[in-house]
Amino acid sequence: MIELDGVTHRYGERVVLQDLTLQLPERRVGVIGCNGSGKSTFARLLNGLVLPTHGRVVVAGHDTRRDGAAVRRRVGFVFTDPDAQIVMPTVAEDVAFSLRRLGLSPADRDRRVLEALARFGLAGYADQPAHLLSGGQKQLLALAAVLVTEPEVLVCDEPTTLLDLRNTERVAALLADLPQQVVLVTHHLDLLEGFDRVLVVDEGRVAHDGTPGSAVPFYRGLSRRSVADGGLP
Amino acid sequence: MIGLYRPGTSPLHRAPPGLKLLLLAAGALLLVALRSPVAVGTACLVVAGGYLLAGLGPREAMHQVWPLRWVVLLLVPFQWWTGGWPAAIVVVGTLLALVAAAGLVTLTTRMTALLDLLERLLQPLQRFGLQPERASLLLALTIRAVPVLVATLSDVRDARRARGLERSPKALLVPVVLRTMRHADRLGEALVARGVDD
Repeated sequence: MIELDGVTHRYGERVVLQDLTLQLPERRVGVIGCNGSGKSTFARLLNGLVLPTHGRVVVAGHDTRRDGAAVRRRVGFVFTDPDAQIVMPTVAEDVAFSLRRLGLSPADRDRRVLEALARFGLAGYADQPAHLLSGGQKQLLALAAVLVTEPEVLVCDEPTTLLDLRNTERVAALLADLPQQVVLVTHHLDLLEGFDRVLVVDEGRVAHDGTPGSAVPFYRGLSRRSVADGGLP
Repeated sequence: MIGLYRPGTSPLHRAPPGLKLLLLAAGALLLVALRSPVAVGTACLVVAGGYLLAGLGPREAMHQVWPLRWVVLLLVPFQWWTGGWPAAIVVVGTLLALVAAAGLVTLTTRMTALLDLLERLLQPLQRFGLQPERASLLLALTIRAVPVLVATLSDVRDARRARGLERSPKALLVPVVLRTMRHADRLGEALVARGVDD
């Protein structure tokens, strides 16, 4: 369970998120909104990458401010640009890097790496240089590297923005099958099909909170009004 | 080392990385101490045997020493002029044998195994405040940064050409520096998200 209690976040004088109080027990939660609306900051709050200026964020009973390490053990995070989250030179080594802090034996570590790579269709690339993978494969690698530690929650910040349609659908299918709770920030509204709950974030507030069936039309209307008013797209 | 590892099951692949590095260091010391054409010839044969044992062909060995071609072209006449043919053979042969041997170690050793070894070797320095995991991570990030920088440079060069600014160093330097710093920021954030700081 993720809880936000009176959360406000500022970058300097600029208020990015304002007085959010939410409980997110659902298995699939989508977050949509225009650029600059505060979606990415919202996502970063959930595993303690960003600490709220006011209020608190609690994940599975752990406060992100007081117990960030415990939160990050439970919450995996996938970024938009996979290149920025691949640390090691080869595919298998990058997945193994996530397991270093678990203190596994080399044999156990190798077994879990191979299982993760097989699950994400990367088994044939284990010893390939990570930087030579395609964009879609890199994002699959980023997912494998996060999920190999078996987090309880997966937060994805626009994981398909840089991908083509085929790879977007591949990532969507993988996300759909995960047993974990997934919080997905996205501009690809199709990915929200079947989600339990979708938040529309606008100017740092949750402007709408409902099912995909109600949230997506609300967001479209919001965007149209913003363009008609001469706001930035 | 950027993806240089070639998977395999040969005795060299299975040998502990510490042993391989120790043999490499011992070989280097021996060659420098002996300084004889016979020793250099023997070392070249041993290294060639190592490549065969690891299931790696002469092309792979050549690939390791090819970047030294200009150094060799300069060194051979200089050494021949200053010390005669034996000196030229010893100096150039030692250089080639050692670079090929170092290449053989990286071709047959996973990066993670080398990092594990580095961490173990640095453990005694913990009492002086050095964090071995940080040091090995630094090495990994340095190696990983090379292809990222190459890709950034290539992208920025293309963008500069597209805008007709091929001759402007500013149009190259400023975006490269800014993009590299942004990449460093994102990478730092990703490392925190993966629990490196915890």
